[in-house]
Amino acid sequence: MTGLTLSQLTVRRGPRAVVEDVSLSLAPGEFVGLIGPNGAGKTTLMRAALGLLAHKGQSSLARLPAAERARKAAWLPQMREIAWPVSVETLVGLGRGPHLGPVQRPGETDRAAVAAALDRLDLTAFARRRATELSGGEQARVLIARALAQEAPILLADEPIAGLDPAHQIITMRIFADLAAEGRLVVAALHDLGLAARFCTRLLLMERGRLVADGAPREVLSGENLARVFGLRAYVADTPDGPVFQPLEVVA
Amino acid sequence: MSYRALIWALALLVAALFAASLLVGPASLSLSDSLGALIAGRGEAAVLVMREIRLPRAILGVLIGTSLGLSGAALQGYLRNPLAEPGLIGISSAAALGAVIALQTGLAAAHALALPGMALGGALVAVAILILLAGPRGGAFTLILAGIALSALAASLTSLVLNLSPNPYAAADIVFWMMGSLADRSFTHVWLALPLTLAGWALLGGLGRGLDALTLGEDAAAALGVRLARLRLMLVLGVAAAVGAGVAVAGAIGFVGLIVPHLLRPLVGARPGRLLFASALGGAALLLAADISVRLILPDRDLKLGVLTAILGAPLFLHLIYRTRAEAGA
Repeated sequence: MTGLTLSQLTVRRGPRAVVEDVSLSLAPGEFVGLIGPNGAGKTTLMRAALGLLAHKGQSSLARLPAAERARKAAWLPQMREIAWPVSVETLVGLGRGPHLGPVQRPGETDRAAVAAALDRLDLTAFARRRATELSGGEQARVLIARALAQEAPILLADEPIAGLDPAHQIITMRIFADLAAEGRLVVAALHDLGLAARFCTRLLLMERGRLVADGAPREVLSGENLARVFGLRAYVADTPDGPVFQPLEVVA
Repeated sequence: MSYRALIWALALLVAALFAASLLVGPASLSLSDSLGALIAGRGEAAVLVMREIRLPRAILGVLIGTSLGLSGAALQGYLRNPLAEPGLIGISSAAALGAVIALQTGLAAAHALALPGMALGGALVAVAILILLAGPRGGAFTLILAGIALSALAASLTSLVLNLSPNPYAAADIVFWMMGSLADRSFTHVWLALPLTLAGWALLGGLGRGLDALTLGEDAAAALGVRLARLRLMLVLGVAAAVGAGVAVAGAIGFVGLIVPHLLRPLVGARPGRLLFASALGGAALLLAADISVRLILPDRDLKLGVLTAILGAPLFLHLIYRTRAEAGA
């Protein structure tokens, strides 16, 4: 299985470094939550790691040729775009592209991967519906299914649960945790620190382009980090139901 | 209807219209005379009409219609916008400008190939500017802006040529040429357009997988292994070659590249890759049908093909917009 290694990754936009000197090594089996306030550089870090942005430093994924990288890593952008009224099945099937030769048609393996992804996101009943006719949250799930159908050992997701109803937020986090337990590496940018604390095995905290904390959720979500990076005070507790995290108020 | 059935139906339609195109014209030939002349070479005048007038006209109809349908589908897929059409990126206007200069300077009258040659030159200049402006780092948006600017520039220069034209006959020539027509074209035109047209088809035909992936947006497509800069380059070169060659021999024919992908999109499940081939056949069928109609509606008035496609296309387009609005529940 494949992990992800970044060394001294830096992305500049004009004179300003949007991501600065980030080095880390992520292993298969981890569900990594990438957290940080708006503008911290979470999206930029993931896009640069994939090689979608010009950058300095090294990324083990960006080094690969485009086609090979697409078999190693699936990317779920924050912008949920579905340009044409194609069927849900067709859209999810786009995830199989990297596995097909230039003129090869989808085969049994591909159909099975699409069916499994639809089933996992509870979308089998929607398979024949036009993707553009679904609600925003349903479209988000279809796009997650597309990324799963890619069956890549690494999944990078940018705010995958934003806009989902509470039950589907938990279901999606559970799916990501299961994928990690199966031996894949999942990296998700998240704003819901409570769900991040409950499901992620590791958190990366970013502030103004830099990686300022990296470790187990309870360590990263320390009172000091929360106050300094997010300007928040929160209630954090270990309960019989697992860790509970509730932001309480904004601190100066 | 399955995709395979649709392709067969469209292919049969093109074949039927191609045959009909060979049988319609001012020279009233019977069916047996026509076929005898075309295949066996019986009857001197009939052979001339069939092999030198009607056959090249029908072949050009297929070539140009296919180019327009294919280019329209490819551009709509790339820009993820159903309003895109081959004229959008400025190739047609630039080719028309080249042709207009050839007509105005009298080069067109001096040499048969001067007009199409200058038109191709215009298309080439346009491609160079487009690639320079919307180069490897530019996205879809840059391409649209560059195309609009280029169209506007070429159109203004065309107006300038007309404006300064000292000779009303030359001006009339230019205006009629710009309307677009397949009348009185010969095999010289076919051989001129064919290589570039086929090259353009080859470039555009290979874009299906990438255009499908673009349904998810540029970022997701790039992460799926689609090389966007290469795709954009193939698209621009393909449209330029196919449409540029078409404009060079027939003038600018509008609406085919806009309407055909629109009509066929629901029949291919809206998949941009499948739409390419269907739209290519649909474009050929529509252009052949329109070219037959101009000969039937006003046989002795030389109704221009481009005028007819616009007259038919615009209301059809309005109807499509109305239907889309109804579907959106507005």
